[in-house]
Amino acid sequence: MAINKTTKGAASPSWNEKAAHVTPEAVFNDRRNIIKALGLGAIGASIPGQVQAGIFDLFGKTRSSTPFVTRPLSFSPNTAFGQGEVLTPEQKVISHNNFYEFGTSKTDPIDNAQGFKVDPWVLKIEGLVDTPLTLDLDDLTRLLPLEERIYRLRCVEAWSMVIPWVGFSLGALLKKAGVKAGATHVAFETLFDPDQMPGQRSRLMGGGIHYPYVEGLRLDEAMNELTFMAVGLYGKTLPAQNGAPIRLVVPWKYGFKSIKSVVRIRVMDKQPPTSWNQLASHEYGFFANVNPAVDHPRWSQATERRIGEGGLFSATRIATLPFNGYGEQVAHLYKNMDLKQYY
Amino acid sequence: MLRLKASHVMAIKSLFHLLALLPIGYLVWTVLAGRAGGDPVQYIIHFTGMGALNALVAVLLVSPVAKRFKLGVLIQTRRLLGLYVFAYATLHICAFISLDLLFEWSLLASEVVKRPYILVGASGYVLLLLLAITSVNRVKRKMGRRWQTLHNGVYLIAILAPIHFYWSVKSEVIEPSIYLILFGALLFVRLNWRQLKKRFQVRAS
Repeated sequence: MAINKTTKGAASPSWNEKAAHVTPEAVFNDRRNIIKALGLGAIGASIPGQVQAGIFDLFGKTRSSTPFVTRPLSFSPNTAFGQGEVLTPEQKVISHNNFYEFGTSKTDPIDNAQGFKVDPWVLKIEGLVDTPLTLDLDDLTRLLPLEERIYRLRCVEAWSMVIPWVGFSLGALLKKAGVKAGATHVAFETLFDPDQMPGQRSRLMGGGIHYPYVEGLRLDEAMNELTFMAVGLYGKTLPAQNGAPIRLVVPWKYGFKSIKSVVRIRVMDKQPPTSWNQLASHEYGFFANVNPAVDHPRWSQATERRIGEGGLFSATRIATLPFNGYGEQVAHLYKNMDLKQYY
Repeated sequence: MLRLKASHVMAIKSLFHLLALLPIGYLVWTVLAGRAGGDPVQYIIHFTGMGALNALVAVLLVSPVAKRFKLGVLIQTRRLLGLYVFAYATLHICAFISLDLLFEWSLLASEVVKRPYILVGASGYVLLLLLAITSVNRVKRKMGRRWQTLHNGVYLIAILAPIHFYWSVKSEVIEPSIYLILFGALLFVRLNWRQLKKRFQVRAS
């Protein structure tokens, strides 16, 4: 009992003390740091000091010496979604991520997020609710029964995956808190912790986003049965780079709507600001519904590269479907809207 | 003053070959070792594009360095470097067409026309292709004075390439900005101030 208590209450979880992992991982990381440092060295020589400091932040003490630990979850499969889809292999799902808090390249998150601490975690559900909730890490997997849903994920960059998520519907969570009359929107916020998230420390690494990353949905979108809070994928708790310990998954919208590592869900009576929209409103709208008929100003959204099994040439280019193929469930939400205007 | 002999030029050329080829080896190793992530396509396209940009920086550094340090023979390494710009740009485009577009030629056509950053990059590449084709000695002799006029096109490429880079990124503009400034500086140092001044005075009087 006493041991249990120590483990739970300690600032650094028990896995950090497993000596067996420490040396090989550290050596591995150092090698990568050196290689990266060499690659950028030539650029570094030609730029002013302040920017340079930013670059060298990249090779600083962000890398943890122990890998992020996930654990198996118990859940029931929800067969209503994703039957017959070919899954994107787990290794690809966890090593090709957009999570600018850990760097802008696709491999930065897996490289830089291994030391991410999710215990303790606090998720607050607040705003126009009857009972504001404050959930800790254990609550996230215990509060509601977990189910597995296979969803297509369509990135605004025109690539896509098929991922088995584990979690619960956002609607179920919001019902627990009780949404008050007059509420129209739901706002989400990612953890702001520059000590842990190098992209929040250095503009060079974080891609110029104003952190914390924020997202939002209309209340009817939030309550739709498809809208999902994932706490795991491939049967285990979420890896850090995929948005541990809890993230949103909105399968009919571009991936950037599916905010990661959420610490705050706020029910509101007006449309909240959203990060990519703030950064480039002519390219990224509030709705961001997957729509092959509305191109990104700089690339086509008519087709997508489906990342599946196999090697480099194994991807296939397939037609992008309106609402990412979930029109049956969500098209009615936008009945009288011009989706070219509300992109 | 440092004097370079023919044997030195050979050594420098070999060094440049090595420096230009090593990144390709590194890229192949990274991708095969699975260190470029679950879907290395974007990584490969970006890596080869950066290779072309860096080689172009090297090309444009040759003549200022040769002038400043009175190392005229260095000019002999310029074609080699220029052809590496072309080689990396070719890999960049091949990766885009094969790995990203998966040989959807109709999509390529519409993308080139509709997307300004691709149009800018493609224009630069066509010019680069012309320079590569006319880099052979025999063609150079045949072209006479027109050869230099055509090959001044490298300055246009030095403008198009960093714009293409800047325009293509989602939000991480710092690195492309650095390249824009760098190429701007490389073009700036080439301005012949005395001549410009003279022309200005002629017009003024």
